[in-house]
Parts: sequence; C-alpha cells; structure tokens
Amino acid sequence: MAQSNNSIKKILTVAFALCIVCSIIVSTAAVGLRERQQRNQELDRKSNILSVAGLDEPGMDIETAFQQVTPRVVDLRTGEYADQFDPDTYNAFEAARDPAQSRTLSGERDIAGLSRQENYSTVYLVGDPDDPEQIILPIRGQGLWGLMRGYLAVQGDGNTIEGITYYSHAETPGLGAEVNNPRWQAQWDGKEIYPSADSVQPAIELVKGGASGETEVDALSGATLTSNGVTNMLQFWLGPAGFGEYLARFRSGITRDEVQDASIDSDQTEGA
Amino acid sequence: MSAATPKGVLTTPIFKNNPIALQILGICSALAVTTSMSVSLVMTLAVIFVTAFSNLFVSLIRHHIPSAIRIIVQMTIIASLVIVVDQILKAYAYEMSKQLSVFVGLIITNCIVMGRAEGFAMTNTPGMAFLDGIGNGLGYGFILMVVGFVRELLGAGSVFGFTVLQPVQDGGWYVPNGLLLLPPSAFFIIGLIIWVLRALNPEQIEENEFVMKENTQPKEAV
Repeated sequence: MAQSNNSIKKILTVAFALCIVCSIIVSTAAVGLRERQQRNQELDRKSNILSVAGLDEPGMDIETAFQQVTPRVVDLRTGEYADQFDPDTYNAFEAARDPAQSRTLSGERDIAGLSRQENYSTVYLVGDPDDPEQIILPIRGQGLWGLMRGYLAVQGDGNTIEGITYYSHAETPGLGAEVNNPRWQAQWDGKEIYPSADSVQPAIELVKGGASGETEVDALSGATLTSNGVTNMLQFWLGPAGFGEYLARFRSGITRDEVQDASIDSDQTEGA
Repeated sequence: MSAATPKGVLTTPIFKNNPIALQILGICSALAVTTSMSVSLVMTLAVIFVTAFSNLFVSLIRHHIPSAIRIIVQMTIIASLVIVVDQILKAYAYEMSKQLSVFVGLIITNCIVMGRAEGFAMTNTPGMAFLDGIGNGLGYGFILMVVGFVRELLGAGSVFGFTVLQPVQDGGWYVPNGLLLLPPSAFFIIGLIIWVLRALNPEQIEENEFVMKENTQPKEAV
C-alpha cells in the first residue's frame, strides 16, 4: 500500500484530483459571495463619505442617510460636470490606469506621487446639488509607506474645510496612522484652503510646532513624512491640476477661466 | 500517548495539552488579534473551523496521501479552507474582516493547524480527527479569550465593546494602560498563563535540557 501510494502515477493523480476539488470549492465561495462582498464595500465607501461630512449617527441606515448626497462626475480639466458618466458605476481608480482616460504626471507636477491622474473624478454633493452645503472630494497621494486614500469635505463656499478622513492607508500605527485620530481630524473644521479670494494655489498645509493661521493645521508628531504627504496631496488635489477649476464654481473672488489659465500656463512651462 | 477517547481529544488540549501554553504554537496571531474580545472570538471561531475541517479532510484521504507530497497536500487543504473562511467573513462580517485584515489569511501559517493535520489526522479516524481539531481550536481560543479579556479591560476599559471602566477621555476615572494595546503585552499575559497552568499541573514543567554551570570564584588575572 505504502509502495503504491508513492508511485509517480499515484502522486500525480492525488495531486491533480486534490487541486481540482480545492479549486472548485474556492472558486464557488469566491463567485457565490462576490455580490455580497461588493455591497459591503459600497456601504463602507458610503459610510466613509457620510462620516467626513459629519452626517453619520450611530445606528443610522446608511442607504437612507446617503439619499441626501448626490454623486456627480467632474471633468478635472475644465471643472464642468461630465454627465456622460454614471456616477454610480464610474471608477476613478480604474480610469487613472487607463491611458485613454488619464494623463501622466511627472517631476514637479506630481507632488502627490501618483504618476497617473484620471481626467474625470467623482464628487459628492450634500444637500441641493446646485447649491450644495458641502462638497466632498476624493483625495489620494503617497504617505510614508504607501498610497493614502481619503475624502475631504469642503463647505459650499468652496474654501472652508469641514473635515478629512482616510479610509485606506498603510502608515505607522501610533504615528502616521493618527491621521484617523478624531482629535487630530477635529482641528480641520473651519480651516481655509486658499490664502485669499482670488488665489489659484491652495495654501493649506500641515505645520510643525503649533498651527496659527487659517490655512495651517498641526502636523502629526513623529510622522513628518506622512504629514508632508498629506500637505502635498491637498496642494495637488485642490490646485489647478486637481479640483481647482471645479471649486472656482463655488468661490466668489475667482472664475474658472482664471484657474484654467493658470493651469495651462503651468502645463506649458513644464512641457518646455 | 494512551488510546484516544472522544472526550479526551476534545478536552485535553484546553488545559492539559494546550497548543499555545504547552506547545507554544500559534503565538504570532495570539499577539496580533487579542486587542479586543470580539475580534478574538471571531478569530477563535475561524481557527476552530479550519483545524476541525482540515483534520477531517486530511483524515478522510489519509490512506491515499503519498508520503512524498503529504505536507503539500495538507497545506492545499488548509489554504482552501482559509480562503473560504476569509471570503465568508468579507461577505457577512465586513467590519470584522477589516479589523482582522491579514490575520485570517495567516491562519494558513498557524502551526497548530498544520501540526494537528500532520501529527494526529494522518494516523486517526475522521471522527476522532474532527474532534481533535475542535479541541485544539478551543484550546487556542481559550488562551485568546483570556488574553483578549485582560487586554481589552485594562487597555480600553471595556469588555466586548461595552464600557466597564469609564476611561478618562470620556470623563471617567480610569486611565487606560496603553501598553496593553500593544503586542508585547500579550507576551506578558501568555507568560503568566503558562506560569499558572504549570503551577497547577506540575507534570507540564520541562526537565532542564542542560545544567547551568555554577558561578566560579573570581580569580585575579595572572
């Protein structure tokens, strides 16, 4: 028996049969549960959006609460809404990998360390979509150990910050991972993105040793590189390359064309 | 070992032959997932499921497993079961699976599962192997729950997420001990449990493998 068990034929038969059976079990589980898993991820994303907007309450029904939020796809190059995309199915992360729907970033333009940026992105509007109370923007960029993804909630004036949250990051626990500490997040409320009503470049940044101005937030202690990452990704996504043109719709002292001109100027200088 | 009885294989791994406390297996995940009791409980259930069924399947086909590839065969069975558990958690306990993150996947490398498959299931009948798997899973879970209880109670002031000791951050009186939320604290607690278990069962104390040389008199350098 032991002899026949160790014949080459028997070894191959057992190995092959085992692989077939195990792969059938694993794929059945993966395919059968996929729909439920995707629904969970969707709920998780929605609850993150509600949480950054300050709309989450314990025990609420996420789907019901999410009804006051309208997702819209925005063309980052013009700041126009792009209604040819369905905001429920459009995936900005996939678009950023597709050369036809994205552009490469390099050198100084790529301060957030993304290397590719999508042309269209999804924003979430709280309240009346034409005159929103809050605009929730997806942000992402390199931290110390990897890509950090989160949301930034901006008030309807396109300048005052309501809150920030990260739903996926790999920062050091206790240091960089404090980006999700509620006490640190609380100090973002009321900070301003731009230094003056007509400025194109955002001024919001993390500073060491006590934030004083309207555009300064305390850096995370012991996490300089994570703090730099947060500053860079905000500078990038709120500047002319990111949501600058889109936010100009809501701001009073500046028009979209002015931001667009600044954006084209900087593109040309880079290209030269 | 004497002839295995169904009751014996189920209960001895809990106190007498505990996989963590006596065999010192599966320590890594015991450090990582015991910051709160609910996470420990889910991890326990996952490990019980995997050890029980991997033992059962390995035992069922034990007469057909070629000895040359037996470890790979066991690993394939264990890995498949772990993936199934991971998928189920993602579908039905999403929050929990986010907290457990990689540690569900790392059940594959938990020495207890592999050790029981190789050490028990390969030479015993399926029914006994299944019970042995449950028993060892319970033994693992017992330590996990005790460690989780101490860490969550003293580290966060709560048990299963319910506040018992009101922490000062929320206006209470209890100053949480942050060390207990860090992995090293689990080492101390597991060490104390091993001490207690060996004091109660002196036969668990191991013989010294070598005798330390006694201090020699210091001599002046010549």
